Amino acid sequence: MILAALDAQTVADAVGLGAVYALMAVGIGLVFGVLRLVNFAYGQLVMAGAYTLAFTAHWRVAWSILACFVVVVALSLAMDRAVFRPLRSSSPAVMLVATFAIAFMLQAVALLVDIRDNTIGEIATSIAPLNQPTTVGGVDIRKITIVAVAVTAVALGLLALLLLRTTMGLHMRAAAADFRTARLLGVRANRVIAFAVLLSGLLAAIVSVMLTVQFPFVGPDFALRDTIVVLVGVVVGGIDRLWTATLGGFAIGFATGVINGALPTEQTVFLPSAVFALVILVLLLRPDGLFTWGRRAGERV
Amino acid sequence: MTRHLDPLVQLLAPALLVVAVGIGSTFVSPSREIYFLNALVSVAMVVSIYVFIGNSGVLSFGQMSFVAVGAFVAGILTIPLESKRGVLPELFPVLRDHTIGNVTSLLLAAAAGGVFALVVGLPLMRLSGLAAGIATFAVLEVTHNILREWTKIGPGATTLSLVPETTDAAQATVGALVVLAAAFAYQRSRLGRRLRASREDPAAARGVGVNVHRERLWAFTVSGALAGFAGALLVHLLGSITTEQVYLELTFLTLAMLVVGGLTSLWGAVVGALVVSALDSFLIEAEQGVDVGVSLDLPQGTRLIFLGAIMALVLIVRPSGLTGGREFRLVR
Repeated sequence: MILAALDAQTVADAVGLGAVYALMAVGIGLVFGVLRLVNFAYGQLVMAGAYTLAFTAHWRVAWSILACFVVVVALSLAMDRAVFRPLRSSSPAVMLVATFAIAFMLQAVALLVDIRDNTIGEIATSIAPLNQPTTVGGVDIRKITIVAVAVTAVALGLLALLLLRTTMGLHMRAAAADFRTARLLGVRANRVIAFAVLLSGLLAAIVSVMLTVQFPFVGPDFALRDTIVVLVGVVVGGIDRLWTATLGGFAIGFATGVINGALPTEQTVFLPSAVFALVILVLLLRPDGLFTWGRRAGERV
Repeated sequence: MTRHLDPLVQLLAPALLVVAVGIGSTFVSPSREIYFLNALVSVAMVVSIYVFIGNSGVLSFGQMSFVAVGAFVAGILTIPLESKRGVLPELFPVLRDHTIGNVTSLLLAAAAGGVFALVVGLPLMRLSGLAAGIATFAVLEVTHNILREWTKIGPGATTLSLVPETTDAAQATVGALVVLAAAFAYQRSRLGRRLRASREDPAAARGVGVNVHRERLWAFTVSGALAGFAGALLVHLLGSITTEQVYLELTFLTLAMLVVGGLTSLWGAVVGALVVSALDSFLIEAEQGVDVGVSLDLPQGTRLIFLGAIMALVLIVRPSGLTGGREFRLVR
């Protein structure tokens, strides 16, 4: 039934969504690698970027996107300086709850800024034309899908080059493998973490541009749902390694896209239950991640 | 103070605090009484969450599912018969045609929460760390989704209303005390001690023969039952409830209370719940304009900003919470 309703356009949209989610997964995974911190507030970075795009909608597009990048990266670095750094030696639970707090705080700030005109929500229109379809090989594909896939491929490629070919990349990989030993061997903790946070901020800015094209209506809970879904995908895929986390993010984005596109609305009301039940099953069978091989499952003592 | 009195003091201090809040609620205007009662129900919820997270050291985002189940069981079963058929026509006959009393509904909610937690915990308690966090979060999502969409067992996406508002000062106080006593009894028991041992050092606990899975399951079930009970108190306090009210924001708020107070002690759970409730109530008042020496009138929505900022501040300055995660003691 699902397969019958699948057409090329749905698949293309699903790939586009998967690409965006993969970028979010990388952004979350990079910070987790060096800080062991699950950043629940990642979606609020995307939200801040989307608001920037909405408020600068009357600017020229290039300036508007530049503003979005500046705001998101600045916010990301500020978050690191004000919250992550003092909490660096705390337990993962405390750090996660702290990012919870930041997430809700930023959402409340956004509401306060947004509600000045007495309506909730702003519309970002300047880059919406990318949402128009174009025909590729007889199939209508929205331009943003092509852009999303291309941008993701380029971003991931550059990131791989950076991690594998530069000194900073080497330091980051060392820090992710064993932070304490890496520090002993001369890796500068603050620089590596700040750099990871910077990269994750850049990725969040890219994500906010691409999400805003598809969903131009920006509210305080913009990207909140997406962050939760991506977090689930990241853990299901395997958060300990960047590429498994990325694959997990892509997979859950693709699956969401396909299912939402293929099933009529009245049949999808219990879909979240099915998806999350599946998530529980995967976690029970492979607690270290679906794509993680060759490591013993279960508790590491 | 002699040492053998320590356990007594550890229970009495939070209990007295709860009683003080209960008595305090009778001295204020009716419009402000709700803040006190809310704080007491928060104590019940946070303590129930503490029973699992605090004793096991495993993070769970799923305890709100048991609060939700308790709230809806108690709510649906206490709506008067004559109005139930009108507002909830699609219910299963057994739910639609019976109505039970207040105390029965509280007990039934506790039973429902406990059984649900047992069933969920049976497979899930094998997980720990992040996997446990995400899996329990998935439980919350599934519960929320089913409660929201399945109109045969509840109101679906609409508001469940006409629930008798029986959680007054006395019931809120007694309810919070019951939860407190149960949590204390559990953590002093052999079961609780074994679980706390596994929290401090899983390998060593296994070494001396503690079955970590079984101990966690016990705590999860007790926590689920108490959460269900707390949910019933909540629904009888509010009189009406939607699925959104026992979902993400309340999960965030209760976890915040627990972390602010101190994850690993009962005293911390109670202090955290009361301090954050007090702050929250003050901010709600301040949003409507309040006079504290200078007249204070904050714009709507500043409440969550302050709450988030203060929570982050507590976490940064005192990561082990206001109480340092220790039980109350007269002499430090």
